[in-house]
Parts: sequence; C-alpha cells; structure tokens
Amino acid sequence: MKNIIRSISITLAVAAALFTARLRAADIYVSAAASLTDVLKEIAIPYEKQSGDNLVFNFAASSVLARQIEEGAPADLIFSADEAKLDALQKAGLLLPETRKSVLSNTLVIVVPNDSTINFSSAKDLAGPGITKIAVGEPSSVPAGIYAKEYLDKLGIWQKVTDKIVPVESVRAALAAVESGNVDAGIVYKTDALISQKVKVAYEIPVSEGPAISYPLAVLKDAKSPDAAKKLAAYLESAPAEAVFEKYGFLVKQ
Amino acid sequence: MEQDNWQIITFTLGVSILSTVLILPGGIFLAWLLSRPRWFGKSVVETLVALPLVVPPVATGLILLELFGRRGVLGSILEKDLGLEIVFTWRAVVIAIGVMSFPLLVRTSRVAFEGVNPRLEEIARTLGAGEARIFFTIALPLAARGIIAGTMLAFARALGEFGATVMVAGNIPGRTSTIALSIYEYVQLGQDGAALKLLAFSVLMAFGAVWVSELVIRRRMPVR
Repeated sequence: MKNIIRSISITLAVAAALFTARLRAADIYVSAAASLTDVLKEIAIPYEKQSGDNLVFNFAASSVLARQIEEGAPADLIFSADEAKLDALQKAGLLLPETRKSVLSNTLVIVVPNDSTINFSSAKDLAGPGITKIAVGEPSSVPAGIYAKEYLDKLGIWQKVTDKIVPVESVRAALAAVESGNVDAGIVYKTDALISQKVKVAYEIPVSEGPAISYPLAVLKDAKSPDAAKKLAAYLESAPAEAVFEKYGFLVKQ
Repeated sequence: MEQDNWQIITFTLGVSILSTVLILPGGIFLAWLLSRPRWFGKSVVETLVALPLVVPPVATGLILLELFGRRGVLGSILEKDLGLEIVFTWRAVVIAIGVMSFPLLVRTSRVAFEGVNPRLEEIARTLGAGEARIFFTIALPLAARGIIAGTMLAFARALGEFGATVMVAGNIPGRTSTIALSIYEYVQLGQDGAALKLLAFSVLMAFGAVWVSELVIRRRMPVR
C-alpha cells in the first residue's frame, strides 16, 4: 500500500514537472524561405535543446510566406530570401522594424540532371537549342525566380528564353523538376544544388555578376512569443549557427 | 490583365472541350460494357474507373507524372520516338483533365445504358440485328440523355480541375495556365481582383454545364 502511494506521488510529481516545463517552453512559429529548409532544421536541433523552446517551421517561397502573414497566419519570425517581401510587410506595419536584419547571402547556379550531357560555358547557353525547358521560381514573386530573371535580363537573354521557362512555386520545386529530369535545366541557389544527389552544377554564376541576394529576418508585430523569437533571431547570428550556415554554402553577412 | 484573362478562359475552354471529345468514344463504350451483365474482370475495371474520383487529385497527378514524365514508361516513348513533349505542355493538361473527368462520364452513361429495357434489345436480336446495329439503333439512342448529362458533368469537371493538372502540366502563363490554376496564382500574388473575375466566369461556366445536364436528365423521353 505504501509503495503504491509512493509510486503514485512520484508519477504525479514527474507529470507536474513535465507539465510546467511544457508551459515554460514557447512554441516559436518560424516562417522561412524554402531554400533554408535543411539548414534551419539542423540549427533547430541544438537550439531546442539549449533554449527549451520548440520551433514550428513553415517553409515555402518567401512570396507565399509574406502573403500568409498578410492574411493573418500565425508567425513569430520571418526569414525571407529577399528584402522586397520584408519591405512590403514593414510598410503594412506587420514587423517590429528594430528586429529586422540582413543575415545571409547566396549565389545562383544553373543545375542539370545528373545524366545530362549538355556542357555550359556560360549562362547564355540556356538560350541554345539543347535546352527546351528551364525550371525557375515564379519570376514575378518567388525570390529565386526574381533573382534568376534579373540575372538573365542583365545578360540580355531573358527574352530569348521566356518560352522555355517553367515557373514553379518555390526554388525547391525548381530543384525537384530538374531532379526528375522533366526539365533540361533549372536556376536555383548554390545551397540547393549542394543538398541534391540527383543534379549537377552546370554553371556557377560568379558573385560579382549575379544579383545581390539577401536573406533578412524580422520578428513580427503579432508574434505570440516575441521574446523567444528575439532570442532565436540573436542565436541565428551567433558563431555556432553561422558555422552551420556556412557548411551548407550560405554566405554569412558581417 | 484583361487580355491575359481572355487567353486563360479560351485556353481552358479549348482543352476542356478537346479532352471531353477525346474521352467520349472510350467512355461510352466502357459504360456500355459495364452495363452488360457479368463478365470476367468487370468489378476490377469498375473500381479502376472510379479511382480518380476517390484518390486525391494530386495523387492521380503523381501517377500521371510517373507515367508521362520524360523518364516515365509512356513519356519516354512519346518523347524519344514520336517527338511528343508531354509534361509541362498543353498536352499534359488535356491528359490530366481527361483522366479526372472520365469517371463522371462513364458512371453517368452506365446508369443510362442500364435503364434501357433489355427486351427491346432481345426483340431486335430475334429479328436478326447484329450487336453493333443493336448498340447504335437501340442502346445508344435510348441512353442518349444520360450520356449527354454525363458529358456535361465531365466537361464541368474538366473546367475546374486543379490538383492533377498542376502536377503534370505546372502553371505556365500563356501555355498551361487554366482558370483554376490562375485563380490560385492570382491569390498567391495578392491580385484578388483578377482572381475574382476568373472565379465569376468559372462559376457561370460550371453553372451552365450542370444546368444543361440537369435539364437533359429531367426532360421527358419521347419513347420508353
């Protein structure tokens, strides 16, 4: 009898401890660009352990994220692949402007399926006859698509390749289209190309020639856990997080 | 914008009409087959035909993508041997909406064939008519109402198809963007006004199609 009472009270005490721990831990809703999927998942593991907070990710094209937030989707932190989306959110008064920071940069690459035999000497080869379909993020909204269009425009070949463009809903969808072999080439971030075994980089667009790619983050005004989100934002600029970003091929802004 | 919407509307109507016309002969024949009493494998065929109705449309789209992709069983043959590009072209749109609307045509037509009095066919047979003649002069005319209704339903389904289409055809402005895909795209871009215009049009179209099919079903038959 004594034993039973003892084990019940121990169970209750443990349950109570777990329950209060659960209460103290915050759920941080992070809306992040599709290209950040793998790197943020890796960073989340030590961060969740260390802070006790729980990260709830929503990965999509930044254009989709911005739209969701405008429509009132729950989010504490946004991590976009371009500045324009945060400009719009800031203008709409949805950000805490003092928390906005540009953290990362990236570069663009042209990828082809592993078994492709097409050789690229420059990005202008996209206009050549061997290429009939090029997957890019939707070029008027998805950041990777906007950057790709900007670059091809600058090269003067956008008009020539427009008919070959297959616009998709995020940079990861462009990567997937190349992986499946259903398109001849795709323009994605270098960091996306690095995580795929099924594509090879046909041409790497030099940093000096490519568009200026910037990944800003900010805490949202309607954040449910603004303090936890601010802590997470600070962690994303810490040395351990930067090391992971660099491992995945991102350029860390100083 | 207005120009774009007209292109989207005419494209959607075009592929919907084309796919409906393409599935019509096979759909009617299959419906007739399914209306016949027991034959080997009937229940399997029945289930397969109903599948696109019950499986999530994107799953059907995935099956089509595996089949018709450049490395797919059919896609590789079509592209390499016949030079026909399928995925991310208008052909993929026609295939996707055709597959998705096929069950509606078959199921509605089948009920119509089952409603044909078998005695009329028996009589024709005793008078020496062949099966083909019986089909074209008795079963088909008597089931015509149901077949037309099924055709209109299939057409309406084709007009609004989204999930399977986006998987195999993508959403390429001016080439594979249908009304349903464009509405989604416009909302993503925050252009709700343009989306609402297309919405209004698609409601009108679907209303028309369903209304016509109801009208045909309700109309009294001259002979029964």
